Amino acid sequence: MTSINVNGKVHDLGDVPDDTPLLWVLRDHLGLTGTKYGCGIAECGICTVHIDGDAIQSCITQLGEVGDSEITTIEGLSEDGSHPVQKAWKQHGVPQCGYCQVGQMMMAAAMLQSNNDPSDDDIDSEMWNICRCGTYPRIRAAIKSAAKEMQAK
Amino acid sequence: MNTSIQSRKGISRRGFLAGASAGSLVLMAKVTGGQEVVVVGATKANLESFDPDLFVSIAPDGIVSILAHRSEMGTGIRTSLPRVVADELEADWERVEIVQAIGDKRLGDQNTDGSNSIRFFFDRMRVAGATARTMLERAAAQKWGVPVDQCKADNHRVVHSNSDREIGFGELVSIASTLDVPAADELTLKPASKYRYIGKDTPITDMDDILTGKAIYGIDARMENQLFAVIARPPVVGGTVKSFDASEAKKIPGVVDVIEIPKFVGAPLFQPLGGVAVCADSTWAAWQGRDALDIQWDDGPNANYDTDEFAKTLAAAANQPGKAVRNHGDADKVIAESDNVLRADYSVPHLSHAPMETPCAVADVKTEGDKVVSCTVTAATQNPQAVQQAVGPAMGMKPEDVIVNVTLLGSGFGRKSKPDYCVEAAMLSRKLGRPVHVTWTREDDIHNDYFHTISHVHLEAAVDDDGKPNAWLARAAYPTIGSTFNPFAKEPAGFEVEMGLTDCPYDIPHLRVEVGQAAAHTRIGWLRSVAHIQQNFAVCSFADELAHHAGRDPYEYLLELLGQDRHLDLKAIGLSNRGASPTDYPYDIGRLKAVTRRAAEMADWQRGKQLPKGRGVGIACCRAFLGYTGHVVEVEVSQDGKLRIPKVWVALDAGLIVSPDRVRAQVEGAAIMATTQARYGKITFKNGRVQQSNYDDYSMVTMSDAPREIIVDVIDSKAAPAGVGETTVPSFAPALCNAIFAATGKRIRDLPLRDHDLSWS
Repeated sequence: MTSINVNGKVHDLGDVPDDTPLLWVLRDHLGLTGTKYGCGIAECGICTVHIDGDAIQSCITQLGEVGDSEITTIEGLSEDGSHPVQKAWKQHGVPQCGYCQVGQMMMAAAMLQSNNDPSDDDIDSEMWNICRCGTYPRIRAAIKSAAKEMQAK
Repeated sequence: MNTSIQSRKGISRRGFLAGASAGSLVLMAKVTGGQEVVVVGATKANLESFDPDLFVSIAPDGIVSILAHRSEMGTGIRTSLPRVVADELEADWERVEIVQAIGDKRLGDQNTDGSNSIRFFFDRMRVAGATARTMLERAAAQKWGVPVDQCKADNHRVVHSNSDREIGFGELVSIASTLDVPAADELTLKPASKYRYIGKDTPITDMDDILTGKAIYGIDARMENQLFAVIARPPVVGGTVKSFDASEAKKIPGVVDVIEIPKFVGAPLFQPLGGVAVCADSTWAAWQGRDALDIQWDDGPNANYDTDEFAKTLAAAANQPGKAVRNHGDADKVIAESDNVLRADYSVPHLSHAPMETPCAVADVKTEGDKVVSCTVTAATQNPQAVQQAVGPAMGMKPEDVIVNVTLLGSGFGRKSKPDYCVEAAMLSRKLGRPVHVTWTREDDIHNDYFHTISHVHLEAAVDDDGKPNAWLARAAYPTIGSTFNPFAKEPAGFEVEMGLTDCPYDIPHLRVEVGQAAAHTRIGWLRSVAHIQQNFAVCSFADELAHHAGRDPYEYLLELLGQDRHLDLKAIGLSNRGASPTDYPYDIGRLKAVTRRAAEMADWQRGKQLPKGRGVGIACCRAFLGYTGHVVEVEVSQDGKLRIPKVWVALDAGLIVSPDRVRAQVEGAAIMATTQARYGKITFKNGRVQQSNYDDYSMVTMSDAPREIIVDVIDSKAAPAGVGETTVPSFAPALCNAIFAATGKRIRDLPLRDHDLSWS
């Protein structure tokens, strides 16, 4: 029997095949629909979650690769929407349709964890997620706000 | 009791009413044929006897519920329209609940498309709010035994001006419910100076749910006991299944059934493309099952569609006389006799909507024998009434009996106003006798879109000694959106050419617009800003070409081309003006010039003109969806041809603005979406098959290649509210290409930019 650790909780997955992408395990088997599907080939970044703190694309990560790593999804990023990126996203009015923003925030949160003073070039290279609504300028501004809050801590 | 309502148990509107406690004041604004709004009051007991347009409900605990009947796909409309009601009602926004409406034609137009929501519903929402406010004020007057003109609603309570008495909305509900509903002429709408919410910003109502992953989109919609379906559709539109072998698919753990879906009959409309569906207990199992199918296809009549070849056909059609759709003066004669004629041809390929959330829907169909007795669809749809109209006939039901719940949309751009995916879900649920959720993979989405058309626009101008055109000829050839509904439609429709060609704002004595014939070989749809995409790319680029041809500054030349401040004679030209009245929505050249000037001023146009080679600015302007946009784009092109867009300036005049920050967000997003289309947008067909599959070969701009900074000025205006979402798309791409010309001397007439070498020395 396969089990995974998501947001601090261990879930038994029964006979879910090992080659199932983590994305669909989260969404269909665990009901954690906050993580979204966008492309299935790690091209858009929408399905980004954290594995042991690193941003990875759950659409191309197989269940069998996860082992006992700690997975964090948007549902576990903070208890109440109080992570600095969530607050900054709200402050800057980033979301339009909102569908890609979970992946954007997970990507930004991981980047800021290792680099809490990203330059514009850092943001350009780390934040390769696609947003079809076109919220990039606000994402950039929100990342800078979140970085300031994280520096102050 | 109205039976259609009786049968709608557990749906959102029913829930809305159920939430309105006994004795609640419920108001309904009924839309009559034209623009007139009649507001009627109702108690819970007699509610069903009215034809409602929208509801405001106030519960005894003071909670105000407002029905949101348009779809939220990123514009903020689910917040903005209820804010208008709340403002006129003097409701405290913190005590307002927004309830999403189901599809119901009695609500009026729900097609969240065409940048129409505020234009269509601003006045209606105000009347609804003012009616409720007036009734509460009258209730307070009755309760206190004082003249009503001493009772004023103020932030969720009514206060008495001649004493210190005040009373909450909730406490007035029982009296207000017994009062006659005031006629429209008894209402006093608030002056703009008293607006509490209109023109003021607030976070969108779904903000916290979006940020915490709780927001529910179509892909997240769930029904008890549902199966997940992924469908193999014909690789060529109009193709059919000859035979298929599902034995390998059925071996995939979790696969429950494999079902053939019939091809559409006649024109595609919103019918399914057909194919073979694999239904399973998870999305991934269904997907793997779909990939394990062995299907023999008959490709049908579009098997030879080849866009490289087709582009040549379009170019030929646009380079020979066509059918005149606007004509004044004698452009042909003036051009024939001129010795100074400039000619240029522009093309834009097919584009795909590629919304971040693919089309998704879940349906629950219940049958007795062969007969469908109920059908509920929950979907990311821009138009729940179109879902009813498409699913109803497919189920043998009246459209109004199909219950359609609307989720949030992971963007739409026009794709999700076409509910073929909802019909697929309903067909599968009917066959399986349990709810079925259909998820389109990204490949399904790119392969099977209702594509933005492929186009060719030919322009000619006879230039006078002063450098200005005395005659102008425009010819367009592209498969029409009409072909999706009528297989015999073979030339651009009036509503299409009116998006940039027949509505040409330039002051030119002789002007002729013609269309050529072009048959469609795939499903053609409308994509954000529609035919403006190709037509304003051509027209606004050509203005720049004419300026350079005359050795003039493009900005000053453009203002001269627009001519004197005036209103175009819409009737004489034969423009529909999107059905809007020419009094409220004139085609005002003065406003178009004003946004052009404003963009140039913000950009410091003179500075831009002095940039060194490899850097440059371009300008363009457009009236679209009744709003006015001026764009200046600055580019940097490295010697080896790498393009950067450091800065964009946009001035928008869309009349009165309800939610300024959401409007700015739309303007920013439009520039970025237009950047994607200009840089990368290209869908090609070979052997009838789309050659792109996903975001790796149908590229989107990301943070690094999008415009770095977008500076937006929304003109402060009291004019009638115009469109926003699509309005600022059209002039971006030509402004960008005009800037590339200024930087490099390279004139781009065929999009996308990716196909061009921009290097210079």
